[in-house]
Amino acid sequence: MPEAANHMSGGKGVPIELRGVTKVFPGTGEPAVLDLDLTIEAGETVVLLGPSGCGKTTTMRMINRLTEPTSGDILIGGRNSRDIDPDRLRRGIGYVIQQAGLFPHMTVAGNIAQVPRLLGWDSRRVSERVDELLALVGLEPATFRDRYPRKLSGGQQQRVGVARALAADPPVLLMDEPFGALDPINRARLQDELLRLQEELAKTIVFVTHDVDEALKIGDRIAIMQRGSRIVQYASPAEILAHPADDYVEQYLGGGSSMRLLSLTRVGDIELDQVPHATEDTDAGDLRAQAEADGRGYALVLDRLRRPRRWVTTKALAGADGTAGEVEGEPAGVLIGGRTTLQEALEALLNTDNDVVPVVGRRQVYAGAVSLGTVQQAIQTIKSRERDRRRRQHGDGGE
Amino acid sequence: MSLWEYIADRRDLLLFEAVQHASMVAQCVLIAALAGVLAGVATYRRPRLSGLATSTAGVVFTVPSLALLGLLIPVLGLGVAPSVVAITIYALLPIIRNTVVGLSGVDPALVDAARGIGMSRRRSLLRVELPLAWPVILIGIRVATQLAMGIGAVAAYVSGPGLGEQIFSGLARLGGANAVNSALTGTIGIAVLALLFDACYVLIGRLTIPGGVRA
Ligand SMILES: Nc1ncnc2c1ncn2[C@@H]1O[C@H](COP(=O)(O)OP(=O)(O)O)[C@@H](O)[C@H]1O
Ligand SMILES: [Mg+2]
Repeated sequence: MPEAANHMSGGKGVPIELRGVTKVFPGTGEPAVLDLDLTIEAGETVVLLGPSGCGKTTTMRMINRLTEPTSGDILIGGRNSRDIDPDRLRRGIGYVIQQAGLFPHMTVAGNIAQVPRLLGWDSRRVSERVDELLALVGLEPATFRDRYPRKLSGGQQQRVGVARALAADPPVLLMDEPFGALDPINRARLQDELLRLQEELAKTIVFVTHDVDEALKIGDRIAIMQRGSRIVQYASPAEILAHPADDYVEQYLGGGSSMRLLSLTRVGDIELDQVPHATEDTDAGDLRAQAEADGRGYALVLDRLRRPRRWVTTKALAGADGTAGEVEGEPAGVLIGGRTTLQEALEALLNTDNDVVPVVGRRQVYAGAVSLGTVQQAIQTIKSRERDRRRRQHGDGGE
Repeated sequence: MSLWEYIADRRDLLLFEAVQHASMVAQCVLIAALAGVLAGVATYRRPRLSGLATSTAGVVFTVPSLALLGLLIPVLGLGVAPSVVAITIYALLPIIRNTVVGLSGVDPALVDAARGIGMSRRRSLLRVELPLAWPVILIGIRVATQLAMGIGAVAAYVSGPGLGEQIFSGLARLGGANAVNSALTGTIGIAVLALLFDACYVLIGRLTIPGGVRA
C-alpha cells in the first residue's frame, strides 16, 4: 500500500509564526491576547502553559481562525492565514478538543472520515485510511469501526479524536487540553502515545494545558503565559526547570523542580558509573584485584553473554581460587535500561539493598551502573550545561 | 340502528371522509414542518429573533380554533382553503419551538468541532446540528400532527373536508335518528387516525434517528 505509506511520511510539520497578534473580544475592555509574538519551528511540539483565562485557547483558535485576530499576522508554512479561506485552512490543521467532541450520531469510522470526505476522497481510500488511523491510535479497526462514540470510554473517545484530527495528514495539529478530562492513568497513557506518534509523524503541534507536568512531558518547548497571553518564558523543559525566568515562573512550576528534572532525564543520556565486573569464566583472582583497586568491596559477575548475574563481595572473592562464576553471591536484582528516567532509577535504588543498580543495554548486556552519586552528578551537569547555554545566548544578544 | 350497522351502512362515505381527513392533516403538517424548520433554522442563532418567532406563533395559539376559522371565512370563503390555512398555522408553533429548542440544545463543543475540522456553516448545520436536533424536531412534528387532527375536525364548521362533518352533523340534529351514531363515528374515526399517525411517527423515528443518539 504505497499510498498509505505516503500519508505517513507526508504532512510533516510546517513552521508557524505569530506576529504582533492581538485579540479584543467585542464588549470586553482588556484584550484576551495582547501583541503576541511567537515562532514555532516545524515539527516541534510547543506547549502553551498558563493559568485559566490567560488566553491560551484564544491564541490557539486564532491559528485556525475559529477566532479572528483583531490585529497582527499569523504565518503558517510561510503563508499568511488571512489569505486562506478559513474552511480550507482548517481542513489542513488537525483540531483536538477536551472530551474529544466526537459527533454522537456518527460511528467511529464516520467521525474519522469527515475531513477526507470534505476533501473529496473516494470511499475506498477513505475506509482504508480510517482503518489505518484506528490501528495507529491503538484501536482494533474491526472492533471499533462501527461503534458509536457513547459506547467508548473517555480514553478511547480521545484516541478517536486524535485519529479524526490526523485523518487527512495535516502538517499542523492544535490540541486544547485534550487529555484534561481523563483520569491520571489514561492521561499518562495517551501522553505516552502522543509522544510515540509524534516521533513518527513529526507534526507541528500546538498543545494547550494548565498542567505543569503534562507540559514538561509533552513539550519540546514551553511558552509560559500570563494574562493577555504575555509570554514570560519560552524555552525547553530542562531549561525552564533549571533556570526559571522569574518568580512567576518559579511559582507556577511549584516545588520539586529537581524531581521534575529527574523525570525528564533518561539514564541513557547521563554518564554512568562503572563497577568492577567480569564474566563468569574469568579467574576469581583477577576480579578480586579489580574490586580491591576500586575499593567498594563488591563486584558484578556477568554471564557469558555479558548479562549481569550476581553481586559478589571482595571477601568471598578472596576465598575463591576457581573462576568468578563459582563464587557465591547475591542475585544482580533489578536491572534498568537506557530509556529509564532518573526518577525511576532513583526509585529502583531505594527499593534494593544495594548502593548501585546495574544498567543494561541491548539484549540485557551490562552497560554500567547508577548510584545516588551518579544521579547527583547528572543533575549538576544538567544545571551547569543550561547555565552555560544561557550565558552564551545572553552574550550573543548583548554584545 | 346500532353504531356498527351505521358504520357498515356508510362504509364508502366514511372511508372517503377518513382519507380526506388524513390527507388534509398530512399535507398541512408537511407544509408546517418545512416552514417551521426553516423558520427555526433561520432564527435559532439569534435568541431575540427566535423568541419573536415562537411568541408570534404562540399568540395565534391563544385564539380558539373555531374563532380563527370564523375569522378566515371573509378572507378565504368556505371549504378547503380556510381549513388548510388554520391547521397549518396551528401546526407551526410546536415545530418552530422544537426546532429552536433542538438546535440550541446541540452541544456548542460539537459545533465548534465541526467548524474546527473545516465544515462550512451550512455543512455543519446539515451534517451535525440538524441530525442531532432531529429527535426533538420530530416530537414537535408529532405534537403538531395531533393538534392538526383535532382542528381538522373543527374545520367542518367552515365546510372543510374530513370526518368533522360526521361530528358536526350529528351534534346539529341531536335527538334525531343516528345523531349520536354519527357524532361517535366521527370522534372514534379521528381517534383511530391519530393512533395510526402516531404509529407512523414511531416508525419514522426508527428509520431516521441515528443509532448513536437514539434513546
Ligand atoms: N468568545 C469570547 N467572548 C468574550 N470573551 C472571551 C471569549 N473567549 C474568551 N474570552 C475571554 O478571554 C480571556 C482568555 O480566555 P481563554 O483564551 O479561553 O483562556 P484560557 O484558554 O487560557 O483559559 C478570558 O478572560 C475570557 O473570559
Ligand atoms: Mg482554555
